[in-house]
Amino acid sequence: MNDMVGIVIVSHSKDIAKGTADMVRQMVGSEVKVAFCGGDPDGGLGTNVSLIIDAINNAWSPKGVAILVDLGGAETNSEMAVEMLQPERQNLVVVCNAPIVEGAVMAATEAASGSTLEQVRAVAEELSAG
Amino acid sequence: MSLEPETLKSLVKAAAEQVIASAPELTALDQAIGDGDHGSNMKRGFEAVLGKLDTISTQPLDEAFKTIGKTLVMTVGGASGPLYGSFFLAVGDALRSKRLPDDLADVFGSGVGAVSARGRSHAGEKTMLDVLFPVLETLKAQAVRPDLIDRVRATATEAVARTAPMQATKGRASFLGARSVGHIDPGARSSCLLLLAVCNSLEARQ
Repeated sequence: MNDMVGIVIVSHSKDIAKGTADMVRQMVGSEVKVAFCGGDPDGGLGTNVSLIIDAINNAWSPKGVAILVDLGGAETNSEMAVEMLQPERQNLVVVCNAPIVEGAVMAATEAASGSTLEQVRAVAEELSAG
Repeated sequence: MSLEPETLKSLVKAAAEQVIASAPELTALDQAIGDGDHGSNMKRGFEAVLGKLDTISTQPLDEAFKTIGKTLVMTVGGASGPLYGSFFLAVGDALRSKRLPDDLADVFGSGVGAVSARGRSHAGEKTMLDVLFPVLETLKAQAVRPDLIDRVRATATEAVARTAPMQATKGRASFLGARSVGHIDPGARSSCLLLLAVCNSLEARQ
């Protein structure tokens, strides 16, 4: 069984995060592990470090996890979440600089072919390069 | 300026209560140039800190600051959680080898450096750093001279006002471009409020 990079989707809105995950599953299938989270600790719009940590652990793969985020706070909170993981996991998680929906679909597509974490990240980030 | 458990407890309590009481003001400032959640986010975070006050006040100083930082990271919710959280976590780290009050500027500087690194931001970008950097300079220049508290209060207050004409290039306010000019930065204001509360509390204990 080939391990595949896991995908985590972090949005300020749980609905956007879930919708993005639904699109990934429909377009890429279910063999890639996809986890998502959104909302602040009170359930309002925002992001939340402990939910991000849970999502990373849920999508965990020995090949690593690629995170797709929407706006600034999602990125800052995701970086913080990565630093709070067990030390041996920290180098196996990247926050991609890519649009959340397109980035998640592209990253999952690349992951499904068994690519490395760096390849997955590069494909997602090509979307921002143009 | 010793930091015995009772002193730390009163400082943390004063700072947290100030932020909680100022939540409406912070929200109003954030509605002008951000997404309007700074007040409620900071309130939630510092209410959680208040909830751990008894633990915090019995911990060694470095551990106490780490507890505050971790609590803010886990409960604030917006970008200010990791930013303020990183400040307190880095201060906690610094306090493992440095001592107060002699190393105050060094310790504070560790916190400011962590905020700058976390936000990938520098002075002049209309952020909380536009209060923290000037206050750090005051601490470096003044060491523990008797009027330090007054100088820190003045520096922080003046620094907040100076964020009004700045154009934001970081965070949500940067989306507004030139329209961010004319409003003070909510993060700069919350940093100032925390510093004022700590200064007032220290002064009252002297």
